[in-house]
Amino acid sequence: MRIRKERLLAITLISPSVLAIAIFVYGFILWTARASVSAWKGLLPDYTFVGFSNFIDLFRSPRFQIDLRNTGIFTVLFLAACLSIGLLLAVLLDQRPRGEGLFRNIYLFPMAISFIVTGVVWRWLLNPATSIERLSGLNLLFHQVGLDFLISKWYTHPTLGIVAIVIPATWQMSGFTMALYLAGLRSIPDELREAARVDGASEWQIYHHIILPMLKPVTLSAVIILGHISLKIFDLVIAITQEGGKGYSADVPALNMWYTAFRALRFGQGAAIAIIILLTVAVLVVPYLIYTFRTEAEQ
Amino acid sequence: MKRGIARFILYLLLIAAAAFYLMPVYVLLATGFKSFQEVNLATMWKLPSGIYLDNFIAAFEKLAPNMRNSLSLTVAATILSSILGSLNGYVLSKWKFRGADFLFTALLFGMFIPYQSILIPLVRFMQTIHLYGKLWGLVLTHVIYGIPITTLIFRNYYAGVPTEMVEAARIDGAGLLGVYWHVMLPLAIPSFVVVMIWQFTSIWNEFLFAVTLTGPQYWPVTVALQNLAGSQIVEWNVQMAGAFLAALPTLLVYIFLGRFFLRGLMAGALKG
Repeated sequence: MRIRKERLLAITLISPSVLAIAIFVYGFILWTARASVSAWKGLLPDYTFVGFSNFIDLFRSPRFQIDLRNTGIFTVLFLAACLSIGLLLAVLLDQRPRGEGLFRNIYLFPMAISFIVTGVVWRWLLNPATSIERLSGLNLLFHQVGLDFLISKWYTHPTLGIVAIVIPATWQMSGFTMALYLAGLRSIPDELREAARVDGASEWQIYHHIILPMLKPVTLSAVIILGHISLKIFDLVIAITQEGGKGYSADVPALNMWYTAFRALRFGQGAAIAIIILLTVAVLVVPYLIYTFRTEAEQ
Repeated sequence: MKRGIARFILYLLLIAAAAFYLMPVYVLLATGFKSFQEVNLATMWKLPSGIYLDNFIAAFEKLAPNMRNSLSLTVAATILSSILGSLNGYVLSKWKFRGADFLFTALLFGMFIPYQSILIPLVRFMQTIHLYGKLWGLVLTHVIYGIPITTLIFRNYYAGVPTEMVEAARIDGAGLLGVYWHVMLPLAIPSFVVVMIWQFTSIWNEFLFAVTLTGPQYWPVTVALQNLAGSQIVEWNVQMAGAFLAALPTLLVYIFLGRFFLRGLMAGALKG
């Protein structure tokens, strides 16, 4: 009797949260999906069914084609940069240098601040002016130390604009990747390395044959987390470029979605972009979740 | 000898990396502390001739109301979502009913969605309940979308509490809430610290919900800062000082409560 009453209480306690997630996550996704096949333009909703025309228009629009290309380039470079820098720094810190804690804190602090703050500062570092008398930021620094060939149009470069955004994004997230790898390295028992050393393996061999293979799960989670960030990146791009750079040189789907829905009030079209972002994230995350739950269930 | 060279290279790389991470901080502070007369894009990399607070005062005058909005928003949403997460985590770890694991998985899914996919309905919803443009609408939003991560952290923590402790308390006559109040809550203080720091940092730094849901009067500091940066009128040096002010609260949390921050980061590692 008491147990039954308490079970009821338990369910009552979590039901507000369950209800909230049911509506605000699942319900709203369905709502967005419905809006994506509607003619909704302007402040008042209009759910006239228009089939997939929003999606077709989208894939035909030059801006969205640039967005897809930019997201692809950004994701690949951002992941490559964060993983390699993160792993390198973790291995360096794993040698237990003096001041390890200080170095770790310096590498990781960008994680604590907003992408907007990062964007505002990097906007000036990546100032695209290239004429000598108007140089500032990194371009000015390059000029002052005689590395003029590095002077760049950064995020306004017509074809490589998006690459400039990879720099601040890596600045912010590579320390986090380092922390993931360092935690992974520290969880490998010292005995394993000792045993390899006794067998005459060099430090490099130990890393190559023993440690790196054991870090594969860390790499997998890092890829998921960083990929998740890169596919929906918005704050950093809007803070640096305001409206996506020059001729959408640094535009991304999330930025396009926001301006399309909330500035141009083309909600049907905006919802279509949102659904595409959701699908790309799902392609990345869902297999990982299934894999994780399966391994957990097996244990 | 060989070891000496290896160590030298090690420190060289560590210091080079530190220089990369600190470079924007240098520019931020060097610009922030210059006087108005000194500020010039051409001397961006030079140290200021003295310590002047002109830029910080100008930025603070512009951003003070938004810092206050951010503070109210963050404190309210952090407290509410921690309480919710702690109750959910408790029920889902110690009062498992049929389907509890499925429910937990279904809740977790909310962490992984890109918020663009719920943004348009969210705006309509807030308009309907007349919270669109207001700070409370944003608080509600952060509380709801904070449920998955806070529930996850608490559930993982409570799962580690021995079931015998719960049973002992039940033999002494404690009910569901009694066990929570007398056994779990006192044990969960460290989790509360981790969750609250995580939520404080994420909500303070959040931009997408804030820029979409609030009007100028209720803008948190991230939106106001982005707006300063987008205007042609506000000088870049004031923008830099403003960026510093906006970053300060979460930076202080990081400096003084770093190890809790790191634990939240690892727990939320899946969230991204």
